Amino acid sequence: MAGPHGRRNMQPRPKVKDPKKTFKRLFGVILEKYTIHLIAVFVCIIVSVLANVQGTMFIQKLIDDYIIPMVQTVTAGGVADFTPLLLAITRVAAFYLVGAAATYAYSRIMVYVTQGTMLNLRRRIFEHMESLPVKYFDTHPHGDIMSVYTNDVDTLRQMISQSMPQMFSSLITIVSVLVSMVMLSIPLTLVSVGMVFVMMFATKTIASKSGKFFLAQQQDLGKENGYIEEMMKGQKVVKVFNHEKKSVEEFKELNEKLFHSSYNANKFANILMPVNAQLGNVSYVLCAITGCLLFVISGGAWITVGRIVSFLSFNKSFSQPINQLSQQINSIVMALAGAERVFELLDEESEQDNGYVTLVNAEKKDGRLCESDKRTGVWAWKHVHQATGEVEYKPLEGALVMDDVDFGYTDDKIVLHNIDLYAKPGQKIAFVGSTGAGKTTITNLINRFYDIQDGKIRYDGININKIKKSDLRRSLGIVLQETSLFSDTIMENIRYGRLDATDEEVIAAAKLANADSFIRQLPNGYQTVIKADGGNLSQGQRQMLAIARAAVADPPALILDEATSSIDTRTEKMVQESMDKLMKGRTTFVIAHRLSTVKNSDCIIVLEKGRIIERGTHDQLLEQKGKYYQLYTGKAS
Amino acid sequence: MIKTLAVHIKGYIRESVMTPLFMILEVVMETIIPWLMASMIDEGVSKGNLNHVVTTGLLMGLCALVALFAGYMGGVFGAKASAGFAKNLREAMFINIQSFSFANIDKYSTAGLVTRMTTDVTNLQNAYQMILRICFRAPINLIAAMTMTLIINAKLATVYLVAIAFLALVLIFVVSRTYKLFSEVFERYDDLNANVQENVSSIRVVKAFVREEHEVGKFNKAAYNLYRLFVKAENMMVSVSPVMTLTVYGSMIAISWFGANMIVGGELSTGELTSMLTFCMQILMSLMMLALIFVMLTMSMASAKRISGVLSERSTLTNPEDPDYDVPDGSIDFENVFFSYSKKSERPVLNNINLSISSGETIGIIGGTGSSKTSLVNLIGRLYDVNEGSVKVGGKDVRSYDLETLRDKVSVVLQKNVLFSGTILDNLRWGNENATEEECVKACRLACADDFIQTFPEKYNTKIEQGGTNVSGGQKQRLCIARALLKKPKILILDDSTSAVDTATDAKIRRAFAEEIPDTTKLIISQRVSSVENADRIVVMDNGEINAVGTHEQLLESCEIYREIYVAQTVGNGDFDKKGEM
Repeated sequence: MAGPHGRRNMQPRPKVKDPKKTFKRLFGVILEKYTIHLIAVFVCIIVSVLANVQGTMFIQKLIDDYIIPMVQTVTAGGVADFTPLLLAITRVAAFYLVGAAATYAYSRIMVYVTQGTMLNLRRRIFEHMESLPVKYFDTHPHGDIMSVYTNDVDTLRQMISQSMPQMFSSLITIVSVLVSMVMLSIPLTLVSVGMVFVMMFATKTIASKSGKFFLAQQQDLGKENGYIEEMMKGQKVVKVFNHEKKSVEEFKELNEKLFHSSYNANKFANILMPVNAQLGNVSYVLCAITGCLLFVISGGAWITVGRIVSFLSFNKSFSQPINQLSQQINSIVMALAGAERVFELLDEESEQDNGYVTLVNAEKKDGRLCESDKRTGVWAWKHVHQATGEVEYKPLEGALVMDDVDFGYTDDKIVLHNIDLYAKPGQKIAFVGSTGAGKTTITNLINRFYDIQDGKIRYDGININKIKKSDLRRSLGIVLQETSLFSDTIMENIRYGRLDATDEEVIAAAKLANADSFIRQLPNGYQTVIKADGGNLSQGQRQMLAIARAAVADPPALILDEATSSIDTRTEKMVQESMDKLMKGRTTFVIAHRLSTVKNSDCIIVLEKGRIIERGTHDQLLEQKGKYYQLYTGKAS
Repeated sequence: MIKTLAVHIKGYIRESVMTPLFMILEVVMETIIPWLMASMIDEGVSKGNLNHVVTTGLLMGLCALVALFAGYMGGVFGAKASAGFAKNLREAMFINIQSFSFANIDKYSTAGLVTRMTTDVTNLQNAYQMILRICFRAPINLIAAMTMTLIINAKLATVYLVAIAFLALVLIFVVSRTYKLFSEVFERYDDLNANVQENVSSIRVVKAFVREEHEVGKFNKAAYNLYRLFVKAENMMVSVSPVMTLTVYGSMIAISWFGANMIVGGELSTGELTSMLTFCMQILMSLMMLALIFVMLTMSMASAKRISGVLSERSTLTNPEDPDYDVPDGSIDFENVFFSYSKKSERPVLNNINLSISSGETIGIIGGTGSSKTSLVNLIGRLYDVNEGSVKVGGKDVRSYDLETLRDKVSVVLQKNVLFSGTILDNLRWGNENATEEECVKACRLACADDFIQTFPEKYNTKIEQGGTNVSGGQKQRLCIARALLKKPKILILDDSTSAVDTATDAKIRRAFAEEIPDTTKLIISQRVSSVENADRIVVMDNGEINAVGTHEQLLESCEIYREIYVAQTVGNGDFDKKGEM
């Protein structure tokens, strides 16, 4: 997503707080399921590297042990015997075959390890995310949460599938090449290693320069991105105000900056490769000269031609993995930063639930409530007293009481003060007040999206803290102002309210919500798939679907947040009707914006700055000529 | 498409030509170096000729220096050419988008345009740099290395020809297969992320209906399907590596065997053999490189298509050849106007509109959603062109005016309005760049915005966040009205611009308009009867036609639709408090 928070991938390379710990933990996640796999990969990589090294070693033997003796035999007039060479080559070929097989094997295994770990992580993240309290979603930008799935998990994929095996094989290659080089010639090895240090120094210098500009590039890109986003969103306003020239000017300025940082960043990244390649060549020349010098001085006693040739080819394969290693380190740091954010999410505390009162199906037997396995349509709270173990059943009626409730999203800032209210079963309570008065906050408390700081909320006489959260929420229907629909068929979207509802029940609910007629007019009726964020439906239609969804759940109590968006009068009337039908016979808390809703309420609560300032019926409140009167008439009293 | 894009290399042609030239020089040097290595071994090391080793070494050093220089210059020019190309593309797109008419804008989504200007351009920048630096390099490298092997020993070189042909076939096969698989993988991947996105934004619904487990189950299934596809695609990809290594190993063994035979036969030297083996890697690497380029280029094709789409989009509105720069007054005439957004649609959005508004009149416009109220007023500022008939402002057809002049005199407060990041003053001055602070304050008083601005600690210098998120809906609307007022327009159009303002303030704004700018023609679109009932005349729109025109009283008597709306809003069904509260 391209929101202001969706730009994590463009931010400069992040700092990893505790790389060791993160690495260990990440490795732990991989090992959990793939220990044997990883051991196999380990072995295969060693085999493949060794096969490669022995191939390079063979070139020396080829010349020294086979070709030169044969050439000597031929010059001496004899006939060269190719059998030993044939044998040796067959042996090498066999090694190569094993090496190739090992390469294939570890690449294949790594696919499973990588993708399996990704699957594992994704599932874990999602499952954990679903368990997080609403507060987490309210306090974290959604773009940041999404970025964990899109960017962070993805960098991990690259690290596990590419960087890890490559680093490992580079390391083994370096070690084995180094050993072979030492075995061939210690002085030449010193020259070679010396040059590697030079290369490492050059890499570091250039990389830090390019890193600086890459950082600048990301920042400039972020700025330009923000500007484009803003201008594109306001494009029609730009046109209406003839602001085109000015915005082009501003854009050019940003664009020029981005060009410079992008140019410089790429410039330094581009020259790294030729610099190292040529330093590699210099190293080659130095080794050749040194080798030759040694050969000439000692007259072949210290070193043979074959050894020099062989060493020279090792020299080439020595600098390569070192370059690779330095590149991989970069991507590993990126991945660890991603892993850290993944673990951060996984470490967020899940929603706590100490409730033990549960909601059960019940039936009346001899005037007493008993539990039933069937869906009876009668619900009861099953209260197992902790001290005595005694089981008590209370019918679910929908009586709600708030007793001196204080609440703040953070402890130091209380937004609701001393809220007292009660709703008898079937009553309709309306909340009115200006923006920020705390209307939505109250509804957040009833279904325990947030927990209160002080006071008590009772549902059918039971403190809601004692009720299991899932059962509490199941007993409360909710229609939010922002109708969230899912990209699925309309049928499934309504069924979301109660998963075991039959098609008939879904249609009945849609009829109650006045939605049936427009659904039937859609090309695929109830099977019409709702596009992401419901783009193919009007605002009013979406509201009616949300109402149908709540209706199919058939809860005894309702929380309703009336939509305020301007929809035309006819649709509004239909939405209104469907809401009224839904509210009938249910205890309802409604954040009201419409006159009819307010007028029919049993009690109207006027909120201001987190306090109840007036309460009563419509007529009573009008008589008071207070805030309500002011809101209603649009006049100051 | 390539032509549309290629034009934007301008300004960086020198760099674009120099880059491949330097890259070629580098490749030539890199081909000479192993050849020198061979000579060093044959003539120098083998014969113990230190002199030769040193001279060849020096020559090699020189070559390395030239290669370094070439590589450096190629890197620098390549970076400049591609960064410049990207800059030009972005600029050209931005400028072209600025010239878009409303009809053009409607075609693209904001997110779509942003992606085109950022991600897609970056893709092309990388692709272009690669073309310049590697596209020439890889084939030349291949040809150079092949030539060298042919020069050294044509017979042995045939081994490579066979290997190349074999690898090319395998690569083409695998790449084409995996490309398809991977595009499917990424599609599924997007779906999965869309699912997460939905869960994040709808978490309240998920939790309220206790559907966490249901969602987890759904996600797990989708994630597993993605896993299977991914594994399938990657396994395919992975199968390239053993083929690759086997081919390399195979050629090396073949070269060793035949080479040894030839050396013994006196046809080849040991040095030449080592050179042949060195070229082996070079040849196969460039082949891999070519395959990679192929994949990258096909992937950037999609970006190229999207960018050239924006670049070749032409504005549907153009300035007249001999434009009129004078708008005499604020009168508006609609004469037999027909309008539709798309030529293909059967029913026009506006159907035979005839309406005459005199300068200084206040006109209310009311009607259900989809009754074309907005479409009607959008024609006045020539945001769209009519299909038939004509719209006149000040007695002249809007198409005869200079667009800028017309839009300066016709100020529209759009339904979907936007504030930009910057201070309140910055935003207000969109209306008039040279407005003094006093003028701004005056406009804000008129729009009833001064009161709340004064409550901000930094008053008129308060920073507005991107998208205006730090002011409420009602405040935003009032600021937008003030901004429009600063243009001192002859015609002011408010398109549902006070929907989030409470009724009392709404009335105050309208009163201020009547008293302070009586000569400005005012058009007010609203869902609320209370917003239009005091207008000089009210236009009732229904289904793209004017249903009735008249005063509040006249319409109550004669127009059924108007009466219906009025009854619905006043008798127990109206808004209770301010609309648009979030």
